[in-house]
Amino acid sequence: MFIKEYISDVYKAVKSLLTGMKTTGGYFIRPGEIITQQYPENRDQLNLPERFRGEVVMLHDENNEHACTGCTACELACPNATIKIITKFDVSPEGKKKKALDTFVYHLELCTMCNLCVEACPTGAITMAQNFEHSVFDRSKLTKKLNQPGSKIREGVE
Amino acid sequence: MYTETQVIRNNTKVTVDGALDGTGEMVINVGPQHPATHGVLHLVITLNGETIQKIEPHLGYIHRSIEKMSESLSYRQFIYVTSRMDYLSSHINNHACAMTVEKGLQLEVPPRAQVIRVLMDELTRVASHELWWGAMAMDLGAFTPFFYAFREREAISDIMEETCGARLTMNYMVPGGVMADLHPNFQRRVKDFIKLFKAKIHEYDELVTGNIIFQNRMKGVGVLSAEDAVSFGCTGPVARASGVKSDIRKLYPYEIYDKLEFDEVTETAGDSFARYMVRMGEMHQSIRIIEQLIDNIPEGDFQAKTKAVLKLPKGEFYTRVETARGELGVYIVSEGGTTPYRIKYRSPGFSNLSALDHMARGSKLGDLMATMGTLDLVIPDIDR
Amino acid sequence: MFSLEGLTNSLQQWLNAHLNPTWVLVVESLIVILLAIALFAVLGLVLVLMERKVAAHMQIRLGPNRVGPQGIFQTSADTLKLIMKEGLTPDGSDKFLFNLAPFIVMIVAMLLLAPIPFARNFQIWDINIGVLFVSAVSSISVIGVLMAGWSSNNKYSLLGAMRSGAQIVSYELSAGLSIISIVVLTGSLRLSEIVASQQDGWWLFKGHIPAIIAFVIFIIAVTAETNRAPFDMAEAESELTAGFHTEYSGMKFALFFLAEYINIFIVCSVGATLFLGGWMPLHIGNWEGFNHIMDYIPSSIWFFGKVFFLIFLIMWFRWTFPRLRIDQLLNLEWKYLLPISMLNLLLITLMAIMGWHF
Repeated sequence: MFIKEYISDVYKAVKSLLTGMKTTGGYFIRPGEIITQQYPENRDQLNLPERFRGEVVMLHDENNEHACTGCTACELACPNATIKIITKFDVSPEGKKKKALDTFVYHLELCTMCNLCVEACPTGAITMAQNFEHSVFDRSKLTKKLNQPGSKIREGVE
Repeated sequence: MYTETQVIRNNTKVTVDGALDGTGEMVINVGPQHPATHGVLHLVITLNGETIQKIEPHLGYIHRSIEKMSESLSYRQFIYVTSRMDYLSSHINNHACAMTVEKGLQLEVPPRAQVIRVLMDELTRVASHELWWGAMAMDLGAFTPFFYAFREREAISDIMEETCGARLTMNYMVPGGVMADLHPNFQRRVKDFIKLFKAKIHEYDELVTGNIIFQNRMKGVGVLSAEDAVSFGCTGPVARASGVKSDIRKLYPYEIYDKLEFDEVTETAGDSFARYMVRMGEMHQSIRIIEQLIDNIPEGDFQAKTKAVLKLPKGEFYTRVETARGELGVYIVSEGGTTPYRIKYRSPGFSNLSALDHMARGSKLGDLMATMGTLDLVIPDIDR
Repeated sequence: MFSLEGLTNSLQQWLNAHLNPTWVLVVESLIVILLAIALFAVLGLVLVLMERKVAAHMQIRLGPNRVGPQGIFQTSADTLKLIMKEGLTPDGSDKFLFNLAPFIVMIVAMLLLAPIPFARNFQIWDINIGVLFVSAVSSISVIGVLMAGWSSNNKYSLLGAMRSGAQIVSYELSAGLSIISIVVLTGSLRLSEIVASQQDGWWLFKGHIPAIIAFVIFIIAVTAETNRAPFDMAEAESELTAGFHTEYSGMKFALFFLAEYINIFIVCSVGATLFLGGWMPLHIGNWEGFNHIMDYIPSSIWFFGKVFFLIFLIMWFRWTFPRLRIDQLLNLEWKYLLPISMLNLLLITLMAIMGWHF
């Protein structure tokens, strides 16, 4: 009896090992199933989903106009003080003073891409871009000004 | 007891530092940087030869004071930080927080949002168990399973990326529902994933489960009896492997779990192999839940209407959910303001880790890796 | 037809014609030393690259593919990096032993190269106790490992070295017994005669099932002896970080690393010589045409082909199996491999006496 058990033990052990080897060996001879993506080369073919949260950007149309009213809702919604909004007062032709955006400061190095600012924005002025290559050699480059120079608020956005 | 700090350096004579005089025991530090601790866990182990006499876990290397931080964040903001606790089940962490806030606001979540939440939770659970499977095999010295596990996990990550916008720290659950509606591709992608999972799961058994070396490494190692599991406060697969029925989804059903058909996977042996089998079974059960829901997502809103600034009424609120590692409890004390007065997380990893010393005593150093691997520790979850 | 034998013969004639016998010996020794070192360097580079590529393909990856076409210069770049790194000697270590250990391991690997027949009549030293020499010298490497582990003044290293000691001492037995079973069949310890005895068929085929069992046990035992996964108790990455060479860096680490691969090459060439006919081409019975074609393939290619096949097998093990625990490792040896190989040796002896093999 003992001998029989011993032999069946050895047989089962060898069989289980060979099953494992069959799996790895199978992949070895089927290079078609390799899943590696060759990253820098396939940059052009990279298809990031439109919802991917890479960094916050401000949308500008062809007239270099944005929709930010400088209401600071995003600044309040941000958990890490990533956004700092500097406002100014525009004087309209009629001589009326109106609060407007001066600089939208965005600290990429503090951002956790949580999307709360985009959710909070009442006018849809900011959105998440799909860019994920954020490495720079100088940390100060990560502090960005999101409104383009010379841009102004679109007509009719309150 | 250990003499880690009392080492006398002697340049003329080689001394093995940390050896305890006269006992033949020596103290080694596993971690904070060690391949098997999956992070910055520090274990001070007293060894006699290869046999473990005592384990002292030292925590705090990745403590970010998430609980304290949350006290200064609003009820919408504090949720995103919890993705960084147990990063492998970040969805479920967010879910627990969102549910607690909803409990305080007495908010009804639309049925569509509930189904989306459960779908995401179960996908996260599968992804978490996939990663655990690969990492555990790597602890035992088999490197190849890791890559096979990541192939399937990648499919889930892609689904998450498409719908939630991120692969690891989703921040998709918000008080009142979910942040965005499902992506149009979601159902097709999930069905593709289920197909892929079912086509590849047999490899897991061929490569690891059935392997004789693996079984010998796992069976009878790190045994935790049901009584001990309860007294150490173990939850999740660790407790279920000892025969303790502890699935929050069954015991205290939340969202739509009471309407779903799934089994609570339990084993009785309480050893590493039982924990392994429980997790493998849970993957199948999660797939079963996803299959039930994927074609039956109700139409409707994905988010309930909420005020711009959330204020919880004065009081204490507690919710518990079943993460991939066990029971996560979120306890909020509110003073009626816009930020919580106090937040406490009951994380599953911390209690599970506390049983490690009891489980590993008297076993070999190699067994410790098997035991730790099947505890499925995520260190940021323990330290927070 | 290309053959290494022709090369050595013409070199010998040329040297004899121009120099006196003493100088011939000196020059030949120098050439052998240079060749051995060159072989080591090339083998190290090739085998490390091969391991990484084999591992990558089993793990559905591509492996190194940036340095040179298909990444063939990756290992050269790694070697360059290791040469430029600082060879750190930890404070509190036994400096003499610490620096000596990698060289002992390396020299042992070099010594083992001597009796291996690489091709027809192409052998450094055709010693009459070749098999004994190989199994005796290969055990010395454990001393280097123990030295490294002890002198590092690191508890991980110490544990790894002690494990390695227990492991090599026990697996030496079944490796030896499997080697002896071929010696019994051949009746000679000289490696060239063992190869010659396989003129009409390799021992793996001629020796029926017992030879196959001996072969399997030999492969398992040498995997353990070279500290390869699933028997890499001495390194045990997830348990002991890097085991006995935790504290080594730079070129001293590279020597350990290289020695591991050279040892694999050596044990695989011993395995190929004993069981797969060394440099003998594959002959099948009376298929004259087939045998003739096989004869056209140079003997060195046959030898290296067989060796690389065995190396691939050992790599396949490594990238499939989990690691054993130290007590299971010793159980496997003393409860399974040793009794089986003893019984097997008896069977083979019986076969040899009765002349039941082909």
